[in-house]
Order: sequence, then C-alpha cells, then structure tokens
Amino acid sequence: MTTKPLDDDRVEGMIAHLLRAGVVIAALVVIGGAVAYLGQHPRAHVDYRTFHSEPDNLKTVHTIIPTAFSGDPRGVMQLGLLLLIATPIARVIFSAVAFVIEGDRMYVGFTLLVLAVLLYSLFGSFLIA
Amino acid sequence: MNVLEFTFLVWAGALVAGFLGSLTGLGGGVVLVPLLTIFFHVDLRYAIGASLVSVIATSSGSAAAYVKEGFSNIRIGMFLEIATTLGALFGAYLTAKVPGNAIAIIFGTVLMYSAYVSRRTRPRTDIEQPPDRLATKLKMNGAFPDTSGIRTYNVYHVPAGFGVMWVAGTLSGLLGIGSGALKVVAMDQAMKIPFKVSTTTSNFMIGVTAAASAGVYLSRGYIDPSLAMPVMIGVLIGSLMGTRVLVKTQTKSLRLVFSVVIVLLGVEMMFKGLTGGF
Repeated sequence: MTTKPLDDDRVEGMIAHLLRAGVVIAALVVIGGAVAYLGQHPRAHVDYRTFHSEPDNLKTVHTIIPTAFSGDPRGVMQLGLLLLIATPIARVIFSAVAFVIEGDRMYVGFTLLVLAVLLYSLFGSFLIA
Repeated sequence: MNVLEFTFLVWAGALVAGFLGSLTGLGGGVVLVPLLTIFFHVDLRYAIGASLVSVIATSSGSAAAYVKEGFSNIRIGMFLEIATTLGALFGAYLTAKVPGNAIAIIFGTVLMYSAYVSRRTRPRTDIEQPPDRLATKLKMNGAFPDTSGIRTYNVYHVPAGFGVMWVAGTLSGLLGIGSGALKVVAMDQAMKIPFKVSTTTSNFMIGVTAAASAGVYLSRGYIDPSLAMPVMIGVLIGSLMGTRVLVKTQTKSLRLVFSVVIVLLGVEMMFKGLTGGF
C-alpha cells in the first residue's frame, strides 16, 4: 500500500507557502522591533557573558503579546520570534486538517500527538521550567 | 562593544554561517553556538536559545524550495516527529540539569560527528526485500520522481529509526541545533529510505522539532530578543543566498573547508569544556 504522492505533494506545497509567509511576517516584525531597539540605545554597552534569564514579560506567550503592543522594542522583537516559533505549529495543525480530509484516522492521531507536545512546550512548560 | 557594533558583527557572522551552511548542505546552525560562545563570549544558554530560533527560520524558510521537488514523505515525517518532539522536550529540560562544560563536550562530539558523516561515502546495497509489516501498516512506503519515472520504495526498521530520531530530538533540544545529520542517518541508514527523500523529509522535521524545545527555552529565559534578532536575520538571509547561488564547481572544495572549520570548532568546544571554560 503506497501513499498517493500527488495529493500529498499538493498539500505539502500549500504548507510550504504557509511556512514561508509565516517566516516573512515574523522577520518583518523582528526587523521593525530591531530598528526601534537600535535607535533607542545604540551606544549602550552589551554583555552576554553571564546568564541572567530574561525578564518575566519576555518569557511567556501571555506576557510577550501585551509587552509588544505597549511599544517596547525588545517586546516587539520577541513577538516576532514567537511568530517564528508558531510557524511549525501552524504546519502541524494544517497537516492534521489534511489527514482529516483524507480520512486517515491513524495519522490524525499521530499529528494531534505531535501538536499536543508542541502546545505543551509553548503554553505549559513554564509551570515546571 | 556597544549595541550597534555587537549587533552588526553577530549579524555578519550569522550571515556567513547561514550562507556556507546552505551552500555546502552541512547546515549553518551547528556553527552558531561555537561562534557565539568562543568569539563573542556569549553565555552558552543565550547562544543555544538564539541558535534554536535560527534553526526554525531556515527550516521553515527553505521548505518551499524542497517541496517543489516532490521528494518529502509527509507520513514518515509526521510519525517520526512524535519521537523528535518528545526527545526535544527532554533535551530542553536537560539543559538546566547538565553543567555547561558537559554540554560543551557533547557539542564538540556532535560537531566532529556531523563533519565525519558528511565526508563519508555511503556504500548502500539495495537488496530487494519483502515490504516490512510495520512500515506497511503505518503507510510509510512511498514513491518519488526519478530520472527514469516514478520510483517506489519500501521502509524498514521503524523502531530503530524511531529510537535514533528520539536521540536526534534530544540533542536538538540540548544543544539548540537542527540535528539534520543524525535525522538523515536515521532515515537513510536505519530505515533504508532513499537519500533524497531522507534529506528533504529531515528538513521539514527540523523546524517542528526545534519548536518543541523553543517553548521551554522561552519560559526559561534563554531566548534574548536582542541577541536572537541579528542571529535569525543573518542566518535567514545567508541561507537564502546560499540556495540561490549554487556554485557547482566550487562546492566540493568549499564543503571540505567548511568541514575542517566544523572540526576545529568541535575541538575548541571540547577543549574549553574539558578545561572548565563554560
């Protein structure tokens, strides 16, 4: 039993365009934040030698979004990175829909399992991080 | 260094890494962490966080180019992503438990291994075997366009491939890399999937795998936007340039040079790890 390469290819083609659009949007948001960030303190001293962990408002989905919309340049860049992290998740959701349409229940199950791991990492891992 | 100088230099370094990585097919992500820690004196955790973000960017950004060729197998990819995402989650948790020096030593080993894998010629004897029962049940056997029309293939040793994929995911989450070399080994060597199908399916899996550890990194505060910004933009532009240029005549010697660079960075990471530099 072989899979139907042509149908899968069409779905994959749509997914690929979705991914590329996601990356472009994410990059534009990051660049927008970067322009504001570099204009703000261009001569400030940088030091990444020691790890301090990021402030709480840049660590979780529900704090990054309001920080970005308050106009904080680092918050805007972090929102762009969050959009970037979301692109593979969108791909998995899209694949799940495609398997539902194909009526492949086994692969709907596998895809939802992968999705659960991804959503746990993004929304649940701060509970025990 | 001030913000402007630092951002520009990191961006330029990431651009070169992304360019060489995609041109040679060795991946740029693997040299980012050594670049940031050794040359820019960035803390290992910040470096791993920035590297992981750029891995997602290149994987998602180059997907369109790969799909056009019609080689990737979405079912194989999705099934094995169960292993890689669970591994990535585990690896991301390990980064907080494993001391930095040990991570550096593991990193050095992985760098040298990926350089070795890329240099090795693959002697593969494709003996016709009956289809594997598990692979058939999982609908993994597929077909892809070849010079002589559509070529079908069968998949074997699913549990072994799944196991190697779990390790690849763990290393991805622990080191902030794509683990592309190991993913290809799992599919090409263990599961006997044709090389072209293995590499393109691996590229798709890299982004999903990295996203599984990215959430953990984010909540741990490993992802610093001011550092990840020039790394992500640099690698993205560099790797897009690399796929466009395709200097066929120079690629072979360039591959050798880049492999040597990877080995040297691996030695340096190991040395610094063994002498307590992290």
